[in-house]
Amino acid sequence: MLSIKNIHANIAGKEILKGINLDIKAGEVHAIMGPNGSGKSTLASVLAGREEFEVTEGEVEFAGKDLLELSTEDRAREGLFLAFQYPVEIPGVSTTNFIKAAVNEKRKYLGQEPLDAVSFLKKMKEKMALVEIDQSLLSRSINEGFSGGEKKRNEVFQMAMLEPKLAIMDETDSGLDIDALRIVANGINKLRSPERSILLITHYQRLLDYIQPDYVHVLYKGRIVRSGQKELALELEEKGYDFITDEVDLSLGL
Amino acid sequence: MKEKPEALEQAVLNEYKYGFVTDIHTDLIAKGLNEDTIRLISEKKNEPGWMLDWRLKAYAGWLKMEEPTWPNVKYPPIDYQDIIYYAAPKPKKQLNSLEEADPELLKTFEKLGISLNEQKRLTGVAVDVVMDSVSIGTSFKEQLSEIGVIFCSISEAIQQHPDLVKKYMGSVVPMTDNYFAALNSAVFTDGSFCFIPKGVRCPMELSTYFRINAENAGQFERTLIIAEDNAYVSYLEGCTAPMRDEHQLHAAVVELVALEKAEIKYSTVQNWYPGDKNGLGGIYNFVTKRGICKGDHSKISWTQVETGSAITWKYPSVILKGDHSIGEFYSVAFTNNHQQADTGTKMIHLGKNTRSRIVSKGISAGHSNNSYRGLVRASKQAANARNYSQCDSLLLGDKCGAHTFPYIEVKNKTAIVEHEATTSKIGEDQLFYCKQRGIDAETAVALIVNGFAKEVMNQLPMEFAVEAQKLLAISMEGSVG
Ligand SMILES: Nc1ncnc2c1ncn2[C@@H]1O[C@H](COP(=O)(O)OP(=O)(O)OP(=O)(O)O)[C@@H](O)[C@H]1O
Ligand SMILES: [Mg+2]
Repeated sequence: MLSIKNIHANIAGKEILKGINLDIKAGEVHAIMGPNGSGKSTLASVLAGREEFEVTEGEVEFAGKDLLELSTEDRAREGLFLAFQYPVEIPGVSTTNFIKAAVNEKRKYLGQEPLDAVSFLKKMKEKMALVEIDQSLLSRSINEGFSGGEKKRNEVFQMAMLEPKLAIMDETDSGLDIDALRIVANGINKLRSPERSILLITHYQRLLDYIQPDYVHVLYKGRIVRSGQKELALELEEKGYDFITDEVDLSLGL
Repeated sequence: MKEKPEALEQAVLNEYKYGFVTDIHTDLIAKGLNEDTIRLISEKKNEPGWMLDWRLKAYAGWLKMEEPTWPNVKYPPIDYQDIIYYAAPKPKKQLNSLEEADPELLKTFEKLGISLNEQKRLTGVAVDVVMDSVSIGTSFKEQLSEIGVIFCSISEAIQQHPDLVKKYMGSVVPMTDNYFAALNSAVFTDGSFCFIPKGVRCPMELSTYFRINAENAGQFERTLIIAEDNAYVSYLEGCTAPMRDEHQLHAAVVELVALEKAEIKYSTVQNWYPGDKNGLGGIYNFVTKRGICKGDHSKISWTQVETGSAITWKYPSVILKGDHSIGEFYSVAFTNNHQQADTGTKMIHLGKNTRSRIVSKGISAGHSNNSYRGLVRASKQAANARNYSQCDSLLLGDKCGAHTFPYIEVKNKTAIVEHEATTSKIGEDQLFYCKQRGIDAETAVALIVNGFAKEVMNQLPMEFAVEAQKLLAISMEGSVG
């Protein structure tokens, strides 16, 4: 589904990603963990096509296509979804209209007719139940004045509506209360399928208690320094990052 | 990477679609302004003596006045001697119907999306077409006159309905009201005249399409609309101009008079050439628009969608003289590149139980500056006057500006004035969020702007709402790299 080879990326002349390699197969769930500032969100942004980041080296293949050749919007239409760490507020555009535009732009790209009002509404209802999102939220301007938890829930709702091939979820669990975490995690679990891959960026084991990942990676200073199975997350929870990062720093001669 | 303009800038890069010039013989007078210029204009228009006297008086007043400097706009001094004050497409003969107009002209308006052919026109819309200094013709005149509605050029009204013109012209905007109104009163060339008699609900939209074509010419149009007791009319004006490197001056005066229980709905879709992306050229749009709710229970409503002009300076106002009268102002002003807009309204409450509502939506992009300036005044006699004002600004990018200048003067304790203002900003973050969802930059900006402007757009007559929405989209159109 996704194959990242030796990706290097800069922002403002500073190298943030220093050679990332990662393969995610259809249906797999991978978790990326790592200390603050290690480059997790940067990786997500680079994959999604944020223009401020300059890719200086490497290749990415997504669903058989050269991802880096695609525009940001075409990446989305091809089925790449990013749940933002900090969802953006857009005044004056209702959540419903926003999602409708997104769904129909994707359909247009795929050569399909736009969804008629009835089918769209039906789909909305169905997906709303999945993440237990409140109807009243959807008539408000997107993310404007939403609480932290509401924003995150809205991201998962959009993911459900857009049915991506690959969902990158950047700290979707941060800022959620215990009940909301359970609801959101269950929602994501229901969206797991043999055709859909998920990349979870998180700091917390508790999310991984709900969503069992196939693989766990540790990102540190722009590199994946350790990969393992779900037990790695438990080990990190117990020992912290030091036991890995100290070793890396030592090998880098820092 | 660096050379690439920011996505947001790309999305709002506008391309003016109406910038062509019509190749047509034009009757031009020499540049410059003095008493003789005014005599010449009056003579060309074959005007009665009283009209010339009126013009000369305004000119004398104008000479004593100074150009205002209070608007929040910047431009080099205007050389009033370097302007042509009369430009008329030739031949200037009286047409029986618009179809008889020069084919070159018909083509021009066809290209602008204005069909002058009555059969092809939107049903229910009568149109007066003004090119440079003259009205080329008015459609549906006969049908309208059968029910007593007069819809013609102001020049024709001066000839055919002098009593009405004498009675009302200058009654709302006095000839020396302000610098540009005085200039207009001296040199105005054409515009529309509408008269809706007692008890008549005008069955069709009346509209005027203003086009500047000639080079170095100013356009000084004058419009007068009168709705007698229980009359109703909905009127719309549209305007475009060719792209030129020099600035051109457009100084109009519009007067509305609503008698008892009358209602006038006046809509503007202003799309004068805004200048290029470096601020070269464009129209200076300095306009005085004012209506008076003269009779009790009368209503005047201004709706404007302003996307054009290098500089816009206009404050459509309502004098609420009649008791229980209502004034409304709905505005969307979009500025881009180096455009400047200082626009708003004045609601002058004189009568009892008068109400006014102001909804202003300013959208700024590029390096533009967009100011709302509004005055709400409740006089001593205006018991129970009510005003509600809502001013919202939307900034696209971080190089543009939005300013709000609300002035409130309340002299009656029972009056209630409410003002709300918001400013929101659309930046690269919002755009990236949209693009990540598969919505390209242009569609995203259109979505955001339409959502923002909806409340005002809903006020436009049905026939024009779609057009205006398209215009707004076109103004922001650009290729995304
Ligand atoms: N626009 C920017 N300009 C300069 N530096 C940036 C910019 N964006 C990110 N960085 C830097 O890149 C590095 C990686 O940031 P990133 O957001 O990817 O970290 P992260 O792993 O997601 O951290 P967190 O766990 O705190 O979310 C940080 O040092 C950050 O300061
Ligand atoms: Mg992050």
